[in-house]
Amino acid sequence: MRKRKHTDHVVEVATPEFEKAAQKKESRRGLLMALPSYLYLILFFVIPLGIVLIYSFATRNRFGGTDLSGWNLESYERIAEPIVRTILFRSLWLAILTTVICLVIAYPFAYYLSTRKPTIRNVMLVFVMIPFWTNFLVRNYAWRVILGNDGPFTKVTEFFGLGTHELLFSQKAVVLGLVYGYLPFMILPLYAAIERIDGQLLEASRDLYGNGWQSFKNVLLPLSMPGVIAGSILVFVPSLGAYVTPEILGGAKTTLLGSYIVTQFLTARNWPFGAALSFVLMAVMLLMTIIYFRKGGRTL
Amino acid sequence: MTAAVELRGITKKFGDVIAVDNVDLTIQDGEFFSLLGPSGCGKTTTLRMIAGLEFPTEGSLSIFGEEVGTLAPNKRSVNTVFQNYALFPHLTVLDNVGFGLKMQGVAKKETKERSMEMIELVQLAGLETRKPSQMSGGQQQRVALARALVNQPKVLLLDEPLGALDLKLRQEMQLELKKLQRDVGISFVFVTHDQEEALTMSDRIAVMHEGKLLQVASPEEIYESPANRFVADFIGRTNLLDGTTSDNETVVLSNGTSIRAQNTFPEGTKVSISIRPERTEITQRSEPSDSLSSIQGTVETITYLGNARVYGVKFTWLSIEVREENRPDLEVFNVGDDVTVHWEHDAISVVKD
Repeated sequence: MRKRKHTDHVVEVATPEFEKAAQKKESRRGLLMALPSYLYLILFFVIPLGIVLIYSFATRNRFGGTDLSGWNLESYERIAEPIVRTILFRSLWLAILTTVICLVIAYPFAYYLSTRKPTIRNVMLVFVMIPFWTNFLVRNYAWRVILGNDGPFTKVTEFFGLGTHELLFSQKAVVLGLVYGYLPFMILPLYAAIERIDGQLLEASRDLYGNGWQSFKNVLLPLSMPGVIAGSILVFVPSLGAYVTPEILGGAKTTLLGSYIVTQFLTARNWPFGAALSFVLMAVMLLMTIIYFRKGGRTL
Repeated sequence: MTAAVELRGITKKFGDVIAVDNVDLTIQDGEFFSLLGPSGCGKTTTLRMIAGLEFPTEGSLSIFGEEVGTLAPNKRSVNTVFQNYALFPHLTVLDNVGFGLKMQGVAKKETKERSMEMIELVQLAGLETRKPSQMSGGQQQRVALARALVNQPKVLLLDEPLGALDLKLRQEMQLELKKLQRDVGISFVFVTHDQEEALTMSDRIAVMHEGKLLQVASPEEIYESPANRFVADFIGRTNLLDGTTSDNETVVLSNGTSIRAQNTFPEGTKVSISIRPERTEITQRSEPSDSLSSIQGTVETITYLGNARVYGVKFTWLSIEVREENRPDLEVFNVGDDVTVHWEHDAISVVKD
């Protein structure tokens, strides 16, 4: 007679019902693991967002407070006012400009990076990320010193006889600061996308009579599109809502959306209008993100 | 015959590494030419130099008489079928095939017509709207062929194109490629490490090893009279016995046994004799009629291959492989049987290291 095993496992016969139950159990376990993230998102994202949405339909009262009654679309209607529109378009324009400049600078660099030896690549990637080791605010103030009166930048232009260039407190300074701040967000996804492209495809293109430009246009660019889109969104979205850089480098003449929203909450004390502006800004970003996931969401 | 590709003193160095070492080679127009050798022998580098994907460090390279040494790949009238096909993943089959024509500025309508024609030729009609990722390895292979041939290159370069296919498909494609080459009539330069593949398809084979060209000859010549020990060993299976020539008729093996082996080397040259397993016969041990063309030993191992048996026959100082067809009129031996292995004297080739 065979010896009985020490443990008596009850082994169920596999049936479709059993299979279903097992799947249910598995998905319940998955939910449990994601629970902390869900709670965090609900508590710190969904609920605050809901509050902002509610406020955007509310009315500002005479004392700068908000009456949560008399729901209306006034705040959204105000966005069509010329002054708001100007700020909105200016923000959009600067964000687009920043994105395009980042793209033009980052693409050749990312390509160069992806064609280096792995050891050199890693060193250069560390260089790309080194600025992150210093606080963003500090770095913006550093630019203020560099671009300011009698700063190094003016000294250099004067030395070369190019005259005095007052860059600080201009749109140029803001774009410069934004490009500087967000360039790594363009380089990294571009690098990741280009690095994955099989080098043989470019050789094939050359072999099939494509010159350098044709190979770039027909092979490299389309295949790196996911990186271009990801990098553009990662630069465009924070540039559009940028607050710190325009505040420090832009001065009073170039109010951008981020600063304008802050003003609505703190100075003008028009919370419903600030909330509506925030929501429009978020809608634009959401749209961009949807485009990204549609076009090249498989990367990142 | 005109020379399609001509290499004169071609050397390619990568830093200190010499990948291709002073190679002279002429590939005739219209021939199926194979570059054969183990990985790292320089065959792919040689092909890439013809394609223009690498430039030679030294030497002269011409295609149909035109010096192309450092001409960019897009300015050469050769096309390549890459090892992993290198099909453009974002383009359809039709656009992949039409790529070269588009780059050359051929009109859209003509590009489409010629591409469709080529797609039909490689039997992919109906699949032209697919993306490469939706196709099997064999189909991708055909797309790669069509994409190269549609440009009507003067020479087609193929870099181990069959390596990724399974055996059966590979054998089919070998025959098809050979037929295709005869149909289009241009020379194919085919890089492979598979000696059987090279023997099956080629008009001529160049055997390479460590950047050097060891032998350029027809498959028969390479197999029957290998230029040296490496070629003899690399092409097919063979038994290599070390010895010294005593005259132009005889080689004395390292244990003192004399073997009849015609050679042209001076007396006392260190050589190896190569005896192909399928050129030997195995019989019950008896006094050999010709002791210079046989050795006596014991069956040590038997490998059954279905269509043949390979006996490992042990002699006092070495063992050799003997291949016998699986035919009812041939005796079957067992491990431990005492046997005599003999051969016709022309079954032997004598090679230097």
